[in-house]
Amino acid sequence: MSEQKLTGAQIVIKALKDQGVDIIFGYPGGAVLPIYDALFQQNDLKHVLVRHEQAAVHAAEGYARSTGKVGCVLVTSGPGATNAVTGLLDALCDSIPLVCLSGQVPTHLIGNDAFQEADTTGITRPCTKHNYLVKDVDNLARTLHEAFYVARSGRPGPVLVDIPKDVQFADGTYVPPAEVKHKTYRPQVKAEIARVEEAVELIANAKRPVFYTGGGVINAGPFAAKLLTQFVKTTGFPITSTLMGLGAFPASDNQWLGMVGMHGTYEANLAMYECDVMINIGARFDDRVTGKLSAFSPGSKKIHVDIDPSSINKNVAVDIPIVGDCGAVLEDMLRIWKARAKSPDKAALKEWWGKVEGWRARNCLNYNRTESVIKPQYALERLREALRGKDHYITTEVGQHQMWAAQFLPFDQPNRWMTSGGLGTMGYGLPAAIGAQLAHPDAIVVDVSGEASFLMNMQEIGTAVQYRAPVKIFILNNQYMGMVRQWQELLHGSRYSQSYSEALPDFVKLAEAWGCVGLRATTVAEVDQVIEKMLAVTDRPCIVDIAVDQKENCFPMIPGGKAHNEILFGPDDSPSDATPEDGMVLV
Amino acid sequence: MENAIEKHTIAVLVDNEPGVLARVIGLFSGRGYNIESLTVAEVNNAEHLSRITLVTSGTRMIIEQIKAQLGRLVPVHRVHDLTDEGPSVERELALVKVAGTGDRRIEALRLADIFQAKVVDATLTSFIFELTGTTEQVDDFVGLMGQLGLVEASRTGVVAMSKGPAAF
Repeated sequence: MSEQKLTGAQIVIKALKDQGVDIIFGYPGGAVLPIYDALFQQNDLKHVLVRHEQAAVHAAEGYARSTGKVGCVLVTSGPGATNAVTGLLDALCDSIPLVCLSGQVPTHLIGNDAFQEADTTGITRPCTKHNYLVKDVDNLARTLHEAFYVARSGRPGPVLVDIPKDVQFADGTYVPPAEVKHKTYRPQVKAEIARVEEAVELIANAKRPVFYTGGGVINAGPFAAKLLTQFVKTTGFPITSTLMGLGAFPASDNQWLGMVGMHGTYEANLAMYECDVMINIGARFDDRVTGKLSAFSPGSKKIHVDIDPSSINKNVAVDIPIVGDCGAVLEDMLRIWKARAKSPDKAALKEWWGKVEGWRARNCLNYNRTESVIKPQYALERLREALRGKDHYITTEVGQHQMWAAQFLPFDQPNRWMTSGGLGTMGYGLPAAIGAQLAHPDAIVVDVSGEASFLMNMQEIGTAVQYRAPVKIFILNNQYMGMVRQWQELLHGSRYSQSYSEALPDFVKLAEAWGCVGLRATTVAEVDQVIEKMLAVTDRPCIVDIAVDQKENCFPMIPGGKAHNEILFGPDDSPSDATPEDGMVLV
Repeated sequence: MENAIEKHTIAVLVDNEPGVLARVIGLFSGRGYNIESLTVAEVNNAEHLSRITLVTSGTRMIIEQIKAQLGRLVPVHRVHDLTDEGPSVERELALVKVAGTGDRRIEALRLADIFQAKVVDATLTSFIFELTGTTEQVDDFVGLMGQLGLVEASRTGVVAMSKGPAAF
């Protein structure tokens, strides 16, 4: 059965099919021609030709995040592989399961500075969860199956397999996935029950509790999100989440406080600051969430559930560390909660909610509603209304528009929101939208974008057109690198060094040049019309240029090095004292 | 207390595959941890396992982080903190070259005898001593030789093992 002889290239195709891959994002080149030849001779595996290898990885991320499956990438040696590096690190930072195959010069030329040679495993070692160089065709199938296993197990991440060209030509033996077991890698999924019991007791006795959840819940699958929702509803506690965790708990629910962190809501940040029990499920106490560490939630007992032991006690010392898969732990928590007939302290909770509602009444996302100029928040509010009840996915680029999207677009389901959280990669959103659109051809996929980020990977419009992916690129165009400008205004004396984009293209003409639909709104009245027209386009990409207020800043904001209770609400609310030096150096 | 710097000896069992040492070293350099010494060699030929012994220092939180980060590298089988896990034996081997004549040469030889160092090379004007001992003993010996014509020293760094019958 497993004694078939195939070429390395055929082994690659067969292994991908056996791993359930249906789409692979890639770009050909000399060192992967045998694999492209094998791709040509079959019809099951669809190859999507991107315009730049970085975009191949982001597209695979969009595919993976919107489906929960492992994304797959194919690039050539040298520049193909180095172009993929940003995407790989992006996937590592956001724990996205990917397998990236890269071509390599033939084994006898490795180390000789051959044409298009790069030390790909060396370069990508710190940018991947794991990587392999396959020098023997008989190890190829096993290595590929192992790569998929490592990518999706435990804390997911990108895995790269570097395949020299002679290995692609050589004849070897195929091994099916069922026969491959990794020697050592067995991440802990089930948590220590005693710890979970301890956590349940602490949760039941909490007076001012808050759930703080993250991407770990999304990665644990829709079932984990369901369990989270069930547990949060059972306890009646307030819940906030990181940028990565949006959608695990429905934003339309009254217990939802909005996002936490630097641009999170007042109520979420204050609840984190004043809580007595913090229940962290699948978040990692990232600096964008904690702000000033010494003043982070000073009075709380902290529970931390994470599948990665290295996330625990990394930034913040916790009282009850629980290593395990969020879904498995939530299942145990709910079971123990029910078995012990626990109920929350209703009186204390009522008082706590009273406080939280007081903070919520501050209406921190309010902005200056004006008819004279399109506020970016307004454009997103209108987009939100237009998308209500429709099957849709949102991706973003990086910057102000990303934070506004997180604040103003509600997510009631997991896997609907794709943004570059950890690495903060401008240019992520368009290719990610293409990946998500190809996985969900009938859904609406919107890339909420800024004009500067869009320019970073706009060549991918070509990919979207070629594969008839009707992605919507919703550009909040303020002609600035908005977040850079905001920091320059607040922290560098309004010296706008290099943050203004001269010579922007006419985005409508650009769209037309690609054969897409281009739309523009320059007045408040046009916003709804443009969104309506955008949603009506279903057979090709659509670029929407919304000319928004150039000077609008993203609030609330906790400046670097400040605590959660030192939040700024708006333009009139400049920092009371200058940002401390140790805060200035933070990014 | 929490921020006191501790020195720990950590033993790591890894698959002996290409790049594994680079992963470990890259982890230390990338995350800004200290390596005071690091030794590595294959210890199980049949299963291609290598044992890395490393000595590192940091606050308690950093030491725990180092162990967790090592533990999540895919080719790592086991991570043991020998400093935390009860008594262990630590040894280093050093080759120490000393050049000189007359009284200094005689004194070097006498000290070598006291430290139970072996002479592994001798010329009329030099010795190479081989010394096995704890890091402190090697430090002391090299320090003394510094006054008696030390030319160079080469040290393996620490290898270590927990005491008692239990396997790693």
